Amino acid sequence: MNWTFACKIDDVDEEDVIRVDHGDRTFAIYRSPDGEFFCTDGLCTHEQVHLADGLVMDHTIECPKHNGRFDYRSGAALRAPVCVNLQTYPVRLDGTDVMIGLD
Amino acid sequence: MPRDYTMTGQDADRAVQTGLAAADWYHTDVPRKQMKALMQRTDGPAIRDTVILFGAMIGLAGLGIALWGSLWAVPVWLAYGVLYGSAMDSRWHECGHGTAFRTSWMNDVVYQIASFCMVRNPVVWRWSHARHHTDTVIVGRDPEIAVMRPPALFRLVLNVFGIVDALSGWGRMLRNAAGRLDTQEVTWIPQSEQPKVIRVARIWVAIYAATLALAVALGSIIPLMVVGLPRLYGAWHHVMTGVLQHAGLADNVNDHRLNSRTVYMNPVSRFIYWNMNYHVEHHMFPMVPYHRLPDLHAAIRHDLPAPSPSIWAAYREVWPVLIRQLRNEDHFLRRSLPGTARPYRDDLHRDAMNGLTHA
Repeated sequence: MNWTFACKIDDVDEEDVIRVDHGDRTFAIYRSPDGEFFCTDGLCTHEQVHLADGLVMDHTIECPKHNGRFDYRSGAALRAPVCVNLQTYPVRLDGTDVMIGLD
Repeated sequence: MPRDYTMTGQDADRAVQTGLAAADWYHTDVPRKQMKALMQRTDGPAIRDTVILFGAMIGLAGLGIALWGSLWAVPVWLAYGVLYGSAMDSRWHECGHGTAFRTSWMNDVVYQIASFCMVRNPVVWRWSHARHHTDTVIVGRDPEIAVMRPPALFRLVLNVFGIVDALSGWGRMLRNAAGRLDTQEVTWIPQSEQPKVIRVARIWVAIYAATLALAVALGSIIPLMVVGLPRLYGAWHHVMTGVLQHAGLADNVNDHRLNSRTVYMNPVSRFIYWNMNYHVEHHMFPMVPYHRLPDLHAAIRHDLPAPSPSIWAAYREVWPVLIRQLRNEDHFLRRSLPGTARPYRDDLHRDAMNGLTHA
C-alpha cells in the first residue's frame, strides 16, 4: 500500500467533502458526522461530475448534477441514476495529516 | 438544415462530436459554505405542502362528487384537475430529484403517485430528466424539449388540454405493459433498469382497468373524473408555466443563463409549480430544494439576466420569438446581463453558435 498525503484534518468540515487531486487522478475526501475520514474516487460513476461539489448527508454523498447517491464508506450506489458503485480507498490519520492508501 | 430532435439522429451525433454533450457548464460562483447551507434537506416544508395538496384533492373530489349534476361542481372539478394534472408535474419533478424531502422514502412515495397522475413512467422519466440536466436543450440529446424549432404551436395548444402528452403517455404505458420499449427510450435507460419500466406499466394498467370497471359498474364517469381525466382537464397550468422554462431562448449552449428563464409568479402558481419558476437557478444548482430557491435566487441574481416580472410579461417576451421561429428556426432571444454579471460563456459552445442569428 502506498500511503499518500491527501489533506490536513482541518481542511474538511464535519459532514462535508473536499476534492483532492493527485497526479492525473482525482479523489473525494469525506469527514463523517462522527469525525471519521473516508476516501472515494472523485468523479461520479454516472457522469464525469466532481462529487466534492455535492452534499454529504449522514454517510451518503449526493452528486451535484443528477442527485445520485452513494454510501461513501462502502462506495455502494444507493439511488438512481447511479448504478455503478464508487471505488473507495483506505484512509489513515498521521497526526493532523489525512493519508490515503493507493495501489 | 432543419433540427433533428431524435435521440439517434444527426444532431445527436453532432452534439457528441462537438463536445456539446456531457459538457462542463457555467456556474455562478457561490462560496461552499453558503451552497452547503442552501443544499440542506429538511422534511418540514414538503410535508406541509403535501398535506395541503392531498388534503385539498380529497376535499375537492368529495365536494365534486357531492355537487355532481350542479353547475357548482364545474369550478370544483377544475380546481381538482389543476392539482392532479399540474401540481403533480412539479411533485414528479422535485421528488424525482430527491430534494423535496430529506427522507428518501417520502420522495419515492410522492414520486410514484405523481408519475402515475402525469402518466410518466417513473423509470423512463427519471432517466430522461437526468439527460435533460446533462444536456439541457441540446438538440438530439435532451428528450424533454417542450417547444422545438420551428415551434409546433397547434401541438402546444392541444397540450394545454393534455391531449398529446397524455395520449402519448397512455400509449407508451400499453406498449411497455406489453413488454416493449420505445427505440428512443432505450438510448437513455440502462439495460438493468428496463424491466422496471415494464413492471410499473403493468401496475398502472391494472389501476386504470379497475377505474374503468368501476365506472362501467356505476354507469358513471365520476371514477374517471377522479383518476385519469384530470390529466387532461387540469393540464393547462403546468403547460403554461413549463413552456416558459426554455422556450424562445438559445439551444446548443452550455450556459444556463442563455437557455433557461426565471419568472416571478404569484403565490398560488408557485405552490402549484413548487418554485420551479426559478428555473435558471434550478438548472445551475439542481441540489438546492425547491423551498430554498428564492434564497438561491437572491444569492446569484447579480449574475443572471433580469427575471421576467410575471407570467404575462414572460409570454409577451416569448410569443413574438416563437412566431418568428415559424419562418426562421435559427432565431432566438439573447437577453442582456446586468453589469454585475460575468459575461456569457459563449466560448463553451462557440462551434454550435456560429452562424446563428439572434434578437
